[in-house]
Amino acid sequence: MLPIIFVLPLLQLVILSNAATFEVQHIKFGFIDNDHSVSSRALIEKFQASTYFDVFTNFPSNSQASKAMLKGEIDVVLDIPQFFERDLQKEKQNHVGVTINAIDGAAAGVENVYITQIIQNYNQHLKVDLQQISDQKTQAIRIETIPLFWYNETLNYKTFMVPGILVLLVSMITLFLSGMNIVREKEIGTLEQINVTPIKKSQFIIGKLFPFWVIGMGLLTVGLLLAKVIFDVPMLGSLVLMYAYTSIYILVILGIGLFISNFTDTQQQAMFIAWFFVVIFILMSGLFTPIESMPPWAQLVTEFNPIKYYVEVMRMVMLKGSGFLDILPLLIKTLLYAIVMNGLAVWSYKKTT
Amino acid sequence: MEHNKVIQVTHLTKTFGDFTAVNAISFEVEKGEIFGFLGANGAGKTTAMKMLIGISTPTSGKARVAGFDVFTHAEDIKRNIGYMSQKFALYDDLTVKENITFFGGIYGLSRKQIREKSALLIDELGLEKVAHSLVGALPLGWKQKLSFSVSLIHDPKIVFLDEPTGGVDPIARRQFWEMIYKAANRGTTVFVTTHYMDEAEYCDRVSIMVNGRIEALDTPKKLKEQFKAANMNDVFLKLARG
Repeated sequence: MLPIIFVLPLLQLVILSNAATFEVQHIKFGFIDNDHSVSSRALIEKFQASTYFDVFTNFPSNSQASKAMLKGEIDVVLDIPQFFERDLQKEKQNHVGVTINAIDGAAAGVENVYITQIIQNYNQHLKVDLQQISDQKTQAIRIETIPLFWYNETLNYKTFMVPGILVLLVSMITLFLSGMNIVREKEIGTLEQINVTPIKKSQFIIGKLFPFWVIGMGLLTVGLLLAKVIFDVPMLGSLVLMYAYTSIYILVILGIGLFISNFTDTQQQAMFIAWFFVVIFILMSGLFTPIESMPPWAQLVTEFNPIKYYVEVMRMVMLKGSGFLDILPLLIKTLLYAIVMNGLAVWSYKKTT
Repeated sequence: MEHNKVIQVTHLTKTFGDFTAVNAISFEVEKGEIFGFLGANGAGKTTAMKMLIGISTPTSGKARVAGFDVFTHAEDIKRNIGYMSQKFALYDDLTVKENITFFGGIYGLSRKQIREKSALLIDELGLEKVAHSLVGALPLGWKQKLSFSVSLIHDPKIVFLDEPTGGVDPIARRQFWEMIYKAANRGTTVFVTTHYMDEAEYCDRVSIMVNGRIEALDTPKKLKEQFKAANMNDVFLKLARG
């Protein structure tokens, strides 16, 4: 126990301080160049030169860009209108459309600032360039951005946070309940009595899981109702899909809980270890800080974080209205995770010592 | 009569690292016998018992319980034995009836059997009034009797009792032993550990463990003659002090 008391918090200190960053980086950038002119390419180059933007995708049409954003492949779309260069030279001002995925309202705000800065910078250069070409006094040239915040138009913080916090509550309650459970029976001695009976390991584990699974689903139901009634959070996608995903997700958490329970001797130890995982899972879930901004090793760690998947699915289904095929990759990963964790839970529960 | 030996143990040993908790013990128990398994605290009684009930794998030696090998058929053993630990191990937050139903279910009894068994059991123990109260609220003596009855719910061939009367008043102990005799008369073999030497006198045969070994094994009468002692208490003291 003593090593655990020291090692686990220090591990958290190192991992979380490095990984849970509020900086917004690695913004996935897409653009639609309807102009194909020197000016439009120069503008795009400005974005490419910035260290904040990654993954440059050139979309031939608006609808393809929208689809990519729905799937979460891009965060920002820059839409350069036709005759961008011509209008710029004639009218000395122009507009470009910017669409930002605003499910994470805080990150969307930051992204908007980055974009505005880059375009202002571009304006400055244009001014200089044009002045060199013509002798006559040039009017100031201005390109304005018209930002559109998708999936959360008003950058409402609650719209963004409520689904995520609901995820945390469902996860924490079910993890703690299942983590405390077998170890509690060890403490009061009923586990020994159970071990002397011919009950099968899988029967025992299912019997242990089922009540908590029901509690988790109940929590989701109450939570969704409150989200609607108090915070008026939209529910764009299918409720059935939400429940279907949650029913598998809870199995992952319960498997982890029972696994912890099997390896600990007292409820205190189980609580301590469950907390360790909960803190890491929460801070590396993408709920408070964007996962894209984390260093690659930390992003790899988040692949093992079930809460990350659930936050993503919850936001996709509730705020974007994503369908079955959109969340299918996440669903498959979650299902595999559930099978592995529950397999481990059954395996690590030993009736004989 | 080999098939009458419901427990056969040869050189059974359990070590934890350097420590030998049970050191090559050998004994046999016959069907319907009340077998007293005695020893001081830490002599290895509970460890030995845990090997026989299939929740602890022996380090070496051989043991067959109810006809099954403890190494390879622990789960079959569990189907044929009852066990009552020194720690009260029914669910405190279930009622008397719920506990009976739960354990009956685990042993694969049908709903009808469970109904009949629980009616019979509640009647025998005189627990009608508290059948629907939480077990946690019952006095210890009642709990122990209930626990014993539940361990017999599936009519096991052998019942293992680990210090069943610890902390119970003399009247309840007396009643408890009456229940043990009843079970033995029905043909159930009783394997019981105890610290009370007067209880040892009630057993058909008694073994006494000292430091992981069985130092004496016979009927209480013969043991008293062998050690020239007036009662089992003196026998025990002579052995335990070495």
